[in-house]
Amino acid sequence: MNIALLLEMAADAAGDRTALVCDGKRWTYAELLDAARGAFELIQESGVEYVALLDESSEAAVIALFGAALAGVPYCPLNYRLADEDLSALLGRISPALVVGDEERVERIAGNQGHTVFSRSMFTMKAQESFPAAEEREYDPGEGIAVQLFTSGTTAAPKAAILRHSNLLGYILGTVEFAAADESDAALVVVPPYHIAGISALMSSIYANRKIVMLPNFTPEGWLGLVESERVTNAFVVPTMMTRIIDALDKGTTANVSSLRAVAYGGGKMPLEVIQKALERFPETGFTNAYGLTETSSTIALLGPDDHRAALASDDPKVRARLTSLGQPLPTVELEIRDEDGNVLPAGEAGEIYVRGEQVSGEYKEKSALDAEGWFPTRDAGYMDEDGYLFLSGRADDVIVRGGENMSPGEIEDVVLTHDDIADCCACAIPSVEWGEAVGLAVVLREGAAQPEEDAIKALVKDRLRSSRVPEKIRFVAELPYNEMGKLLRRKVKDVLAD
Amino acid sequence: MKPGTRLKSAACDTEVMVIRCADGTIECGGVPMGEAKPAEAAPLAADHSNGTLMGKRYVDADNTYELLCVKPGKGSLSVDGVALVTKDAKPLPASD
Repeated sequence: MNIALLLEMAADAAGDRTALVCDGKRWTYAELLDAARGAFELIQESGVEYVALLDESSEAAVIALFGAALAGVPYCPLNYRLADEDLSALLGRISPALVVGDEERVERIAGNQGHTVFSRSMFTMKAQESFPAAEEREYDPGEGIAVQLFTSGTTAAPKAAILRHSNLLGYILGTVEFAAADESDAALVVVPPYHIAGISALMSSIYANRKIVMLPNFTPEGWLGLVESERVTNAFVVPTMMTRIIDALDKGTTANVSSLRAVAYGGGKMPLEVIQKALERFPETGFTNAYGLTETSSTIALLGPDDHRAALASDDPKVRARLTSLGQPLPTVELEIRDEDGNVLPAGEAGEIYVRGEQVSGEYKEKSALDAEGWFPTRDAGYMDEDGYLFLSGRADDVIVRGGENMSPGEIEDVVLTHDDIADCCACAIPSVEWGEAVGLAVVLREGAAQPEEDAIKALVKDRLRSSRVPEKIRFVAELPYNEMGKLLRRKVKDVLAD
Repeated sequence: MKPGTRLKSAACDTEVMVIRCADGTIECGGVPMGEAKPAEAAPLAADHSNGTLMGKRYVDADNTYELLCVKPGKGSLSVDGVALVTKDAKPLPASD
């Protein structure tokens, strides 16, 4: 089973339809498939072991992904935002590779690693030039690795997560209906190509025959402009993008967004206030919260449009709370919450999220993280309510253990965020002589708000939770550190609080 | 036979990719499917000619077999003479 099947089927069924729009250039499914077959030739000739992308989103990402698949070589998009030293180390781990993108940089930082390097335009041009008929070639059967992604490595050296053809196809075939999109449908893709959501977005849209509109560099104005000009119907954003889009609208940017039927979001925690505003700002749009990990080939649980609207309209606090939920597991995956000893926990009790299914790889180049029964420990902490809605409380590694009591930062943060003067906050463990660990809290104030008394914040936590959750140390900071995907870098906050 | 195998109909244009299977005979148009197309097309059995649809998944009652239609044709799919049915999954909202 080769993921190239997705593009082959789209080209078979709708060869002349527009598949992709990037920088004003349009590609049909047939043109993309031809170029992927041309890329196969380039990859074969160069005798490389990987195909890497060191570039922003463009048609080259699609051509490289499927060209690599046809050649049976893992596709490894790299984070171009990394420092030279880190990037050079990653390139060294995939040598020899055919690298598409920043030629000058590869030459400078990895010139002696034996890579074959193409600029984006050279790669696309050569891939389109000539390719033999498909029946003259033996394409890879797809029994191996399709994609290798380096994790962001905030705590240690980046791990090489491996996604097999079977994982990715399991995900797409299990969640996307072939050719389900209308010819007028368009998906706006703004997630970087080295993120799992950037890869699954390409595969999902191609299999659904939904036109992909790429926005390589996110700005709220650029996003709103493309929604209007390309009559975008579907989009995926990370929470920080949604915040900035709403800000831009609040500040007077206007755009006709009436075509926008569905917005999915994920990749980090969506603040309650932002999703509430988004629902008000886009009353006709269906919102979907997607929860997934690199190691699970993208989405494993989702909160759909109806759940969003029901939660917003409800007076029942339990139903209303679902706006911050990850929704329910996909029908194609199994999901359990377990305690530290591996026992499955009942509804309402927090533990580590375990998941199993075809799309779950849980595999790194060095070793597999799956247990003997095929379950993947996500290292995410969470719980499930009685109706099967999943709530995330943070990374399992972020749990604060105070005198043997486990506390999730998310629970404390949610309470602190109800304070009118507080815009953002982060709770994390600080060393405590008495308790081993205690709660530290970094707080960002709203613009123009006066700094509240520390005791007022402590009292808020004490009243709503219990005294053990009360932060021992509070620091007021100008902003919290997020990465470009909107992921809060808790380690950095920890360092600030430890001082 | 194993998952990922592509089978062609001997009686029509249908092609499928095997997602799940066991030891039975997979047929299209009433005749066994194979990895290669026979030189001469087999006749299409009248009671196995409802057609296949591109991108649809076909399963048996026990979910032992699952085939993805990658090329449509006039024949219909069966295993050891028992017709397969389309798998109707509840559509999910697009999440990426």
